Amino acid sequence: MQPEHQGVAVTVLVSVGRHPLTGRARRADQDARGLELALGLEERLPGSRINLLHAGPRSEESESALRGYLGMGAGTGLEHLTLLEQPEGADAIPALAEHLASATPQLVITGARAERGEGSGLLPYALAEHLGWPLVNGLAAVEKVEHGVATLLQALPRGQRRRLQVRLPAIVSVDGAAPAPRQSAFGPARRAQLEATQVAAEMDHPFGEWQMVPARKRPKRLKIIKSASARDRFKAAAAKAEGGSGQVLEGVSSEQGADAILKLLREEGVLPR
Amino acid sequence: MTKMLRRDPRREWIARNRLHPEHASVLREQGEGAVSEWLGPSGVIRKNPRAIGFIGPSGIKRIDRSGAQQGGQATGSSHQAAQDSRRTVTIEAPAFLVAVVPELAGGRLSGHDKDLLGLARRLADADPERPGAVLAVIFGQQKGEGGGELKEQAFGEAGIDRLLHLEDDAYVGFAPEARLAALSTVERELAPRHWLLPDSPLGGADLGRRLALRLGERPATGVWQIESDTEALSGWRCTARGAAESLDIQRPLPRVALALAECAEPVDETRHAAEPLHLMTAVPRALSRIEDLGQVAVDPAGVALAEAEFILSGGNGVKDWDGFHHAAKVLGATEGASRVAVDDGYMARDRQVGATGTWVTARVYLAVGISGAIQHLQGIQSCDKVVAINMDPGCDMIKRADLAVIGEAAEILAALVAKVEQQRGGQRDAA
Repeated sequence: MQPEHQGVAVTVLVSVGRHPLTGRARRADQDARGLELALGLEERLPGSRINLLHAGPRSEESESALRGYLGMGAGTGLEHLTLLEQPEGADAIPALAEHLASATPQLVITGARAERGEGSGLLPYALAEHLGWPLVNGLAAVEKVEHGVATLLQALPRGQRRRLQVRLPAIVSVDGAAPAPRQSAFGPARRAQLEATQVAAEMDHPFGEWQMVPARKRPKRLKIIKSASARDRFKAAAAKAEGGSGQVLEGVSSEQGADAILKLLREEGVLPR
Repeated sequence: MTKMLRRDPRREWIARNRLHPEHASVLREQGEGAVSEWLGPSGVIRKNPRAIGFIGPSGIKRIDRSGAQQGGQATGSSHQAAQDSRRTVTIEAPAFLVAVVPELAGGRLSGHDKDLLGLARRLADADPERPGAVLAVIFGQQKGEGGGELKEQAFGEAGIDRLLHLEDDAYVGFAPEARLAALSTVERELAPRHWLLPDSPLGGADLGRRLALRLGERPATGVWQIESDTEALSGWRCTARGAAESLDIQRPLPRVALALAECAEPVDETRHAAEPLHLMTAVPRALSRIEDLGQVAVDPAGVALAEAEFILSGGNGVKDWDGFHHAAKVLGATEGASRVAVDDGYMARDRQVGATGTWVTARVYLAVGISGAIQHLQGIQSCDKVVAINMDPGCDMIKRADLAVIGEAAEILAALVAKVEQQRGGQRDAA
């Protein structure tokens, strides 16, 4: 088989992020992780092609944020970004779905949630439903791509991993478990090109009708004591939290102590088999 | 002569004088000792505060006006009463259904699931004339709760009226397509008015979004509050988190909602039927393009301390560090350390557990030779089970621990390692 046949066509969907403290536009963290994953894939599979795709308005602020992704591709042949230009408040999903349907990449990588706007994390699911492609969420690594089947590692809570096989073309979304993105180089970012095309805009009407306010702190849940007597309520409110319920083994041999610990570990099921 | 009523002024005087040494015995003779309340001459209730109360633990007389007498026993009995006071609610003919798909982490209803069921109850019970029923759709195996308690009871107490239990090999592991096909069948047959799923990474977040798009709905994600709103189509309004937790979006509640933890109070006053329900039609077999090859063994040393499941933590009492590292390897535990061990250079700084290091969330935390400074105990607040091995039976870690063994740390660890290795060797021989 020829080496270029090993390569896969990857499209990375990128968005304009929001710095959590200053609120300024930046490259979004999860999307940058997705691009890092794609760049790692390109190193292992020569002949792979990476395309960056963004749908949204073009402004100075968003352009500098999008160039942050291009700066990551210094020395890897990642030179341009396709920008589907839309006015503010337009729905990105139809435009992206149309573009992907015609471009037919094998693997589409997105971040799990946007850092601006609704940030509902629905976009990969909506694209998968539009295109009829399988979707895998919470990707940690791509192990290999062979014969149109990708072997992926999915991140589970508590640092666990699950191995999945998915038939391409597919959409995968990455979150914080994917490898951390490399730095963005300023020079290549300035030199790279944004290929902007105007696309038909479909306004996202319901989103415009919703009321949006800066997030307020969620109230802390109180410990509610349901008791008829004031004495119980007072005791529950004033009582010092004390353990006291634990079992203490004193004056036992180390063998007996180890037995007790082993029993607990086995009950909890934390020992590897 | 015997019929004549005789007064004894001295005894009356003693009965009035509560400081008199014979006061109590005189009252008892007169039969007034027990009377603490009586109707006075003007029709007012009079109380004798000296006839009530009890002697507290420090020898001082205490009066408990809450009605619950006798210190220690009162709490136990009232807890019993609180548990028994759940009202049993059976909804025979529900006006509508509220479907909930709990995540059932580890086969049990998690705290997040219970909050979600509380939210479902709010939606179902809004109109007492026409109550709805809460339908829970659960996949695969589940365990009962709290020491072999019946599973129906655990589900009923969480507020579930109807229980649809789908058991099939197709739903094991990561099977979003098979689960989605099942939920679509539920939608076709039962047509619930609301769908609620937990917005948690383990299942609800993924499945809920898939379901919403399959049903052609735009779901609300990250919902943390709902309130009734007559203008909205569904009669409810929700507040959802958006834009990386920086926005609160207020919108009418859609049919499918993904809710965060603590979105509502869990059910604690009623007990529901949790009647089993079955689907009339078979779930169509979806051709899956995603194949689950199972969980991968991860190196515990590489797992971030904050999300490790099992942590072996060492402190000042550990003298044999080689043995400690070996034990961590054999037990498959992530290593942690107290501040002293880090300061002395035995462990890296990123392994420090506590307020100044990492706040850990382990399910089992095995503390070896750690006395339990308050900063360290803060760091392990959210651990489920704490096991301590320590020489000093009076230290704070022992008070916090669920199981404490007093003894030499190195010996006990070595014995534990030997047992685990022996057991594994035995399994290998048998296999």
